[in-house]
Amino acid sequence: MDQTPVTEQREPVVQIRGLTFRRGARVIFDNVDLDIERGRITAIMGPSGTGKTTLLRLIGGQLRPDAGSIKVFGQEVGKLSRRELFELRKRIGMLFQSGALLTDLTVFDNVAFPLREHTGLPERMIRDLVLIKLEAVGLRGARGLMPSELSGGMARRVALARAIALDPMMILYDEPFTGQDPISMGTLAQLIHALNGTLSLTSVVVSHDVHETSLIADYIYVMSGGKLIGEGSPQTLAQSDSPWVRQFMDGLPDGPVPFHYPAPAYGDDLLSNDDA
Amino acid sequence: MLDAVQNLGRWALNILERAGRATLFLILTLRGLPPILARPLLVIQQMHAVGVRSLLIIVVSGLFVGMVLGLQGYNTLVDFGAEQTLGVMVALALVRELGPVISALLFAGRACSALTAEIGLMKATEQLSAMEMMATDPLSRVIAPRLLAGFLALPLLAAIFSAIGVLGGYFVGVGLLGVDDGAFWSQMQAKVDPDDIYNGIIKSVAFGFVTTWIAVFQGYDATPTSEGVSRATTYTVVHGSLAVLGLDFVLTSFMFGD
Ligand SMILES: Nc1ncnc2c1ncn2[C@@H]1O[C@H](COP(=O)(O)OP(=O)(O)OP(=O)(O)O)[C@@H](O)[C@H]1O
Ligand SMILES: [Mg+2]
Repeated sequence: MDQTPVTEQREPVVQIRGLTFRRGARVIFDNVDLDIERGRITAIMGPSGTGKTTLLRLIGGQLRPDAGSIKVFGQEVGKLSRRELFELRKRIGMLFQSGALLTDLTVFDNVAFPLREHTGLPERMIRDLVLIKLEAVGLRGARGLMPSELSGGMARRVALARAIALDPMMILYDEPFTGQDPISMGTLAQLIHALNGTLSLTSVVVSHDVHETSLIADYIYVMSGGKLIGEGSPQTLAQSDSPWVRQFMDGLPDGPVPFHYPAPAYGDDLLSNDDA
Repeated sequence: MLDAVQNLGRWALNILERAGRATLFLILTLRGLPPILARPLLVIQQMHAVGVRSLLIIVVSGLFVGMVLGLQGYNTLVDFGAEQTLGVMVALALVRELGPVISALLFAGRACSALTAEIGLMKATEQLSAMEMMATDPLSRVIAPRLLAGFLALPLLAAIFSAIGVLGGYFVGVGLLGVDDGAFWSQMQAKVDPDDIYNGIIKSVAFGFVTTWIAVFQGYDATPTSEGVSRATTYTVVHGSLAVLGLDFVLTSFMFGD
């Protein structure tokens, strides 16, 4: 059964080598290596503000790395022309942290948007496809609503339906679980898992939610302070004895992973006359 | 002293840089235009948003401006016994100057400010970003139809403004002040040249293009925060209005200079 050549099989969908990225003077990524394997659910976890969203934007080619290489489906993202980049993106679905629905279109038209832009299918078929995707996220009944009439959690589910509308080969989920009640959280986790069951679909899930993510992820990267501080399967990480990983997995307030954005010492700051 | 020179230099560089970005933005938008021409519905929707929704303010202002012209014109002309030419005066003032200029100023305040706010908010809420990730170029899908719609809408609005204005002048001059009905129209027909009308159209085409360009650029270039969007909206109205008045002088001096 396993007759495909090893290189073909093991070539990661996303291959990041020596990635360095700065925002002004702040180093967001410092020489990071990371692989996302085909057909798996890879989770990227880390405290707020470490650059998880930034990483997804780098993979999608919306930001360019300062140094290092990011290969997606074997193509160097930073070197693609605009047209090539758009061709690449047709194979990638992305769920934005904020949902980012188009506010002048209904739920239905939002999910239909990528289909209408890229497929030229007849309206009849688009309707069926949209209803299938909306059914999958449990919002078929909400198709006539405008985005302003949705709750935050619902908006994110619509955005998910839109992200899978073109049946992409890879889906990037930015915080899919935030703002979901326990029921839809479980459903979403199952949905992500089920979607990934389709042959050769690859998922990247960015999340803080250790529990839900551990249930569905095949492999987890833990980031902090611009570096990878741990990686492995959920089981390995759960048993890890690295203090960094322990702190994150157990949600401890004290430990090597800082809760604070870099700042001068608290006492000094309170006593100083600095305005900012 | 050195500071002042430095600031002046920085200011000039800033303006140049912005102008460069605006030009590049325009070129990229125009490149995204052809696929939009195949989808006229997108442009028609925007024509509705910028054009039809500006109609009321254009009609009401046109009426008042025409009425004031009728009144002021009559008072001046009657001293020379030339009140029969009131129709000419009202029509020429509207077609050559007031129609294109005032409707462009109203357009900048009514439609262009809304365009900037809409695009700026789309940017702030990551809608443009999401479109890019869906392999759709927002310059083509969002900006190009709006630019085209503004460009087409203003000449039509200016024509409506002038037509309503002439009726306003007629109402005051003939209806209230007793200028001869036949003279009002026949003098106008005899003295208003087709060239006057063409020049008026050229002006409003230029104004429509410039104000809409400023509006979509300000929206697209806005800092993606509520403060940034509000500042961009102000810039659209201020820069748009100044551009209209400045351009009007330049165009007028070419058209009627000799
Ligand atoms: N446009 C920007 N300009 C400057 N700095 C930015 C910008 N966007 C993000 N940053 C900085 O980059 C860092 C990483 O941001 P990012 O949004 O990737 O974090 P995150 O890991 O997704 O956090 P969260 O879990 O809260 O979503 C943050 O510390 C932020 O201050
Ligand atoms: Mg984030």
